[in-house]
Amino acid sequence: MLNQTPLQAVHQEMGGKLVDFSGWSMPVNYGSQIEEHHAVRRDAGMFDVSHMTIIDVRGPDARAFLQYLLANDVAKLQNPGKALYSAMLNPQGGVIDDLIVYLMTWGYRLVVNCGTRTKDLAWIGQQAKNFQVEIQERPELAMIAVQGPKAREKFHALLAASDVAVAQQLGVFSGAFLGGERADWLVARTGYTGEDGYEVMLPQEDAETLWRTLVNAGVRPCGLGARDTLRLEAGMNLYGHEMSDEVSPLVANMAWTIAWTEGRDFIGRAALEAQKASGIREKLVGLVMRERGVLRDGYPVFAAGVEGAGVITSGSFSPTLGYSIALARVPVETGDQARVVIRSKEVDVAVVKPCFVRNGKPV
Amino acid sequence: MSEIRSELKYLPSHEWARVEDDGTVTVGITDHAQAALGDVVYVELPEVGSTVTAGQEAGVVESVKAASDIYSPVSGEVIAINERLVDAPETINSAPYDEGWFFKVQPDELEELEDALDAEAYQASLGE
Repeated sequence: MLNQTPLQAVHQEMGGKLVDFSGWSMPVNYGSQIEEHHAVRRDAGMFDVSHMTIIDVRGPDARAFLQYLLANDVAKLQNPGKALYSAMLNPQGGVIDDLIVYLMTWGYRLVVNCGTRTKDLAWIGQQAKNFQVEIQERPELAMIAVQGPKAREKFHALLAASDVAVAQQLGVFSGAFLGGERADWLVARTGYTGEDGYEVMLPQEDAETLWRTLVNAGVRPCGLGARDTLRLEAGMNLYGHEMSDEVSPLVANMAWTIAWTEGRDFIGRAALEAQKASGIREKLVGLVMRERGVLRDGYPVFAAGVEGAGVITSGSFSPTLGYSIALARVPVETGDQARVVIRSKEVDVAVVKPCFVRNGKPV
Repeated sequence: MSEIRSELKYLPSHEWARVEDDGTVTVGITDHAQAALGDVVYVELPEVGSTVTAGQEAGVVESVKAASDIYSPVSGEVIAINERLVDAPETINSAPYDEGWFFKVQPDELEELEDALDAEAYQASLGE
């Protein structure tokens, strides 16, 4: 029996093709994932992301706890509403999960992945034992992501004037609660598509009305298929692919998320320092294949003169570019050309920085 | 419920075959197959003039999700391929039985199609 979000009935009604995603019934598309992808790059699309896990952290030790728990430093967050992206590491320096953490007036809100929910909650609960904090999961909150160049404008059109003023002022990676009847709605200017937009956390009983209202405002329902091609084009990692419990953030293009604040011990710091001392031997790169075909997860990657094989961690077709792209973890010596084995055929690929589309255009 | 055309013959691997008035056979994939594949991005068609064999791979259809071999329902010579699919592979999704046809064969023996499934049998095989 699969978990269902508050939008299950609406997805079915709107032609969503429902699949099992980490134990949740979720729409992979509503007909064409490529059309949905284009809608987000060109206009506005929305995703039901209510399956994600929201965890509130309160208490006198909340900040100190998160400074210990997370590899990025929450002390960077000065004003309520500000957020940052962080890895949560294990003592061996592998990634337990990646997440966004928001400073709130009452503590912090974490948004972690769906598939790692049980693991994360157990880990956080265990680590919290030495701190005066309360950890509270918020399963009664739904979440809808509205993304695209017209996303913010179309969302604002539904709001009261005072709420529009609050939303309009939001900087990137900032959130705010709305007012009046929507005082429980947290609107965050974040996303997983490389476009501007919002992720809205709201009481589950409000989710269906918001979804329908957005459809009427011309926002296109989009499924997980489009979500994956969008984030891949934007060079954004997917837990379980680019990183996992056994993979260091230093080989997953996440070195920039580690805050080496002096005097701040965090779980995994010693392991990362040891990794740096002995030399980082791999890197995460982008691959581009202009020939016909699709690069897929798990395909081996070879480079001339380089010992050992790399592997594609995420591969797909890029609707914006019209050819196949991938992220791959390869030996650090790999230059700007490589070969990928596709169903027993060797294909040449270009090796690029791990980001393919910015502002709707090829990088 | 996917669309199934009563006048066609089918393979369990979701290809359809249509016998034309001139005795040639047109081949494509079914509505069920295109829905299962999702958005098609590339298709590899056999070359015109090449030989195909009943039950053997004649091409590949590649969607965002997966690559799938296409099997020929009959043996014979490929006399035409649908060039439109090269630049507009999404035609396979939108019109799998019409503009989304893959290739045409001059069959060695039309009787080979008697082994293929009729519409009812194909429907039953889907369990929809």
